[in-house]
Amino acid sequence: MNNNSSPRHTTLAAIALCLMLAAGCTTRIANPDDPLERYNRAMFGFNETVDRAAIRPVAEAYDATMPPPVRTGVGNFFGNVGDVWNGVNNLLQGKFREGLSDGARFGLNSTLGILGVFDVASEFGLPKSDEDFGQTLGRWGVGEGAYFVVPFFGPRTVRDAAVLPIDMYGDNVWGVSDVAARNSLTALRLVHGRANLLGIDKTLEEGTLDKYSYARDFYLQQRRYRVHDGSPPQEYEDFNGGDGAISPPAPASGGAAATDADEFQQGSGGSGDDRPATR
Amino acid sequence: MKKLFLSLCLLLAIGASAAADPAAAPGAGATATLMAPDALVRDVSSDVLAIVRDDHAIRAGDTGRVVDLVEEKVLPHFNFRRMTMLAVGKDWRQATPEQQNELVNAFRTLLVRTYSNALTQYRNQVIEYKPARFGAADTTVRVQTEVRQAGAQPINIDYVLEKTDRGWKVFDVVVAGVSLVTNYRGTFTQEIRAGGIDGLIRSLHAKTQDLSGSPARS
Repeated sequence: MNNNSSPRHTTLAAIALCLMLAAGCTTRIANPDDPLERYNRAMFGFNETVDRAAIRPVAEAYDATMPPPVRTGVGNFFGNVGDVWNGVNNLLQGKFREGLSDGARFGLNSTLGILGVFDVASEFGLPKSDEDFGQTLGRWGVGEGAYFVVPFFGPRTVRDAAVLPIDMYGDNVWGVSDVAARNSLTALRLVHGRANLLGIDKTLEEGTLDKYSYARDFYLQQRRYRVHDGSPPQEYEDFNGGDGAISPPAPASGGAAATDADEFQQGSGGSGDDRPATR
Repeated sequence: MKKLFLSLCLLLAIGASAAADPAAAPGAGATATLMAPDALVRDVSSDVLAIVRDDHAIRAGDTGRVVDLVEEKVLPHFNFRRMTMLAVGKDWRQATPEQQNELVNAFRTLLVRTYSNALTQYRNQVIEYKPARFGAADTTVRVQTEVRQAGAQPINIDYVLEKTDRGWKVFDVVVAGVSLVTNYRGTFTQEIRAGGIDGLIRSLHAKTQDLSGSPARS
């Protein structure tokens, strides 16, 4: 998995590409969420190459050398920076309590937590939230658009890719004016974020038949879940007998001892649908 | 994408997930079949994580060892057949019983290997177990947990369990709102379109073969 990468100019390229591609590039529409699949796959591959060559090695070195307490402090520091933007977005979405909580977090952690290095607010029961402008737009009813892999940044939807510059700007409200310092911090943030993902990409690599489409489906579902701050409980279908969506599954059928080998027979006729009910 | 480290949970997800009642090491028999689902998830996770935490070989990435641990402690509490059915989707109906068994075995092997490996990456995240609300008559229960790590938003990992005569069995793990099981469906359907049920079985086998030279066991 690739992820955030050097800001600024890439965003421009991203937007340009975004517009170009949203227009053209029709491929076989295998997945309705992913009309740009051919481009997306290519870009996914490109991002992986960049990651393997340049970003992952640095993240691995970071992972191997940073003592855990330092690393925690780094995570807290950037988390604190991000809390301002979280709060703004919560307020924009009309979630005032959460917005205030984010503000309080920032106040507490910036002072008692010594510039955010210690996350004391969490200890006080103010949980960290996770918002961005793409979610705000989603909340306002803006559709997500097609799945879209952004160069260097990785999976997005067209909506979220379009506001990427706003998110990046908003997330940097700490405004360090010294360019060198700001660049160093940005690089550190990038490397830290990438290091946190090291375990996952191994899991993705090993656990999926097609990393691209698993990552896509995961991203989209997870994104929808976050825009709605949760989702209705999933319904589980039964594909044995025939009943399409049963939810929750009928009482353990006939007391069948469900060994792994047992069929889940809940015979009955009918047809099923083939999508996870969370869609 | 920064938040995909949600998926840190992927790590803990199936690995740490549910299961083994402490008394029921092999041979101890089915003492705790009636254990409540939330207690089951809690006991098994903390049991397994405690072992991982103290086992240097596992933390150093000894896959064989962690697979053994998972097979002993965790697997008895999963219903892989149902997981496989949910992952395959409606094409499950077209599969012969033999194909279904092969799918179950291949998918189980894949999951066990993948998530056992992931478990070696467990460090010191704190897991909070929320009490599950369910009635005596409920046969499906969702047990919610939250994984906390410093400087990051907590990650929700839910285990969905069904009641059977042999105790509660996990058949889905939901990480940050995403079912790790049904999330396979897109890929699996893709494979089946391309090569039929047997094509999917072959792909699964090939994948697990890649993961380790040794033959997959299940």
